[in-house]
Amino acid sequence: MNLPLALLENVDPWIFVFSFVTVAVTLWMGFRSAKTSKTASDFFVAGRSVSVGWNASAISGEYLSAASFMGVAGMVMSSGYDALWYPVCYACGYLFLLLFIAGPLRRFGAYTIPDFAEGRFDSPLFRKIAVCFVLFIGFFYTMPQMKGAGVTLAYIFPGLPYWVGVVLVGAVITLNVALGGMKGITLVQAVQYWIKLFAITVPVFVLMAVVGFYNLQLQANHVTPPAAGIFSEGDTSRTLEAADQIGRKPLVEKAPKDTAWIAPFGPLTTKAVNAAAAALPAEQRPAFLAEHQKPYSLLYTYSLIIALVCGTAGLPHILVRFYTNPDGVAAKRTTMWVMILIGVFYVFPPIFGVIGRNLMPELYTGLAGIKGTDQVVLKLPTLIGAKYGVLGSILSGITCAGAFAAFMSTFSGLLVSMTGALAHDVYGRMLRPKSTPAERLTAFKFAAVLIGGVAITLGCFVEPLEINFMVGQAFAIAAASYFPLLFMSVWWRGMTMKGAATGMLTGGLCALIAAALTNLATLALDKGPMGKIFAGFKGMNDFWAQHPLLRILCEQPAIWSVPLAIGLMILVSKLTAASVPPDIRMKMLVLHAPEQLGLKQEYIQEHQTGAGH
Amino acid sequence: MPPPPSLQSDTIHSESFLRSLMRRQLRLSIACATTFLVTLLGMPLLNYFAPALMATRVAGFTLSWLILGVLFFPFVWIISFIFIRRSLRLEAQEVNDVRR
Repeated sequence: MNLPLALLENVDPWIFVFSFVTVAVTLWMGFRSAKTSKTASDFFVAGRSVSVGWNASAISGEYLSAASFMGVAGMVMSSGYDALWYPVCYACGYLFLLLFIAGPLRRFGAYTIPDFAEGRFDSPLFRKIAVCFVLFIGFFYTMPQMKGAGVTLAYIFPGLPYWVGVVLVGAVITLNVALGGMKGITLVQAVQYWIKLFAITVPVFVLMAVVGFYNLQLQANHVTPPAAGIFSEGDTSRTLEAADQIGRKPLVEKAPKDTAWIAPFGPLTTKAVNAAAAALPAEQRPAFLAEHQKPYSLLYTYSLIIALVCGTAGLPHILVRFYTNPDGVAAKRTTMWVMILIGVFYVFPPIFGVIGRNLMPELYTGLAGIKGTDQVVLKLPTLIGAKYGVLGSILSGITCAGAFAAFMSTFSGLLVSMTGALAHDVYGRMLRPKSTPAERLTAFKFAAVLIGGVAITLGCFVEPLEINFMVGQAFAIAAASYFPLLFMSVWWRGMTMKGAATGMLTGGLCALIAAALTNLATLALDKGPMGKIFAGFKGMNDFWAQHPLLRILCEQPAIWSVPLAIGLMILVSKLTAASVPPDIRMKMLVLHAPEQLGLKQEYIQEHQTGAGH
Repeated sequence: MPPPPSLQSDTIHSESFLRSLMRRQLRLSIACATTFLVTLLGMPLLNYFAPALMATRVAGFTLSWLILGVLFFPFVWIISFIFIRRSLRLEAQEVNDVRR
């Protein structure tokens, strides 16, 4: 038993206390509300009685994951400007949800997305297909959360192996979900949003006050001076002055150069072309880069934007929350407040990345077994310690607490929707339609443990991958599956079940395979144990070095998979136009008519008599 | 809610009512989405074709960084605020149309 003691010796007590309190409060709230949530409806959609303010905080709390809290800062630090697309589109994607989906979806009056899929097309078969994607998207989304947990715990307890953190945090949350359900989580999620906002703003403002503000930190990076243009000598001297003022440290070899980092089309979007150029003979490289670098990275940027904007509108764990709104108007109001809450939040993480680049460049090389820049949010506040002693530890403790809030809330939200899919759809509808509520509740608990276990196992493998990048992949899959499904079935009445299924399956699976291939190939490059496990996929990288365009289309599949899904939906629906549901006009009315007309009740009654209840 | 008289329910269930209902809401949504998309998708194009302009320093930020990292958020809030206001007004109007 020497190992645990040795681990505790290097622990900063402040960081430990803050993290511990966050975890304890989360668990306490979960258990407390478990007592008040009794019925199955309480578990699934919180009794449909959550106010706009609470619901908006809860959605934001659930949405701001480890990717937002740690990943965005880490990616801005490693890739610069291009990484800004992530926070911007994470926040602005909600606009698509608001404009096209939020109101109608709530009016339809179903519990989950599979419910909607079945109700809209009168097809239990389609429900089964739709359930699969809750799980696909969910597992892709839980992997980065698990990495966040592993990285944070390894930071708090120096020397702790990565996988121990993953298993520990995963097990605790799984237990919490199995016992608390969604009612607990609505309250917990709402509180967690405010914890996260506090945990990112307070340290960032103290940091900026001590080491120099956002603009000064950015000024310290050179921009490319074109041969003849609007840049004067003054620009260069001001940059040097700023660097001097903040005491900028020299960049390490692995860090991208200033001009590439601060400008668009930097290391993130040009990686594939650069890899291809490296495989060419030296004399051909400049010509190859000049021809391909910028157009390809423009393509990369657009594909990323499509994935994130459309993907936000297709995330099952977020969409399920819209059913907790009392009506369609509340659903729209909630969406607007969510955009404001998360928009405010997303201004801050990039600042950590910018300051980290100037003052903590050693993170580029990776420290103490933890890889890379993903821990910049946790570690950066300790800078203040040099001047103000214990304050640095306290602030670092606060960001650790925020990180815990981030991956705990998103992981539990995902777990609830995935468990809901298994318990409500697979067990309640397919396996045992006649089960009692008590049996379904037991099934919910079992399903939670099962899914938690799979998510933890997957999480142990992904240490070499960037948190933010993995979340982007989950968005790409959602963008090619649920987004086309929802968008088209809400606005086009000619859609048939076969059309919807073909489009969603083809688009979603293509995106899934592309994302998985990219990850496997990246894991094969790892120098650690993962590299050995996945060595079989090394060949992919050589192939992509020959064909950088294919690599980009595989890494960011949205630009082809979303149009593919929508195109197939239209084509197949036209071919099978005879099988449009007969009561389609009524369904469209329910989706689009204001609640005051009282259509919803009418529809449900009609439907129930029709079904012979 | 009292059961609607048959005349009203004829209006509600008519083809023309549904068509105008969807068209009005969709037109509003598309107008808002276009404003948003033109700006969002225009940014990479500006970066591509006017790199020098987008790299101009504005109080330490590059212009491109300032727009994307800071100003874009309030811009989207404004669009969503306008959308919600108009969309609620449309709904009230639709209810009125039927009840009249």
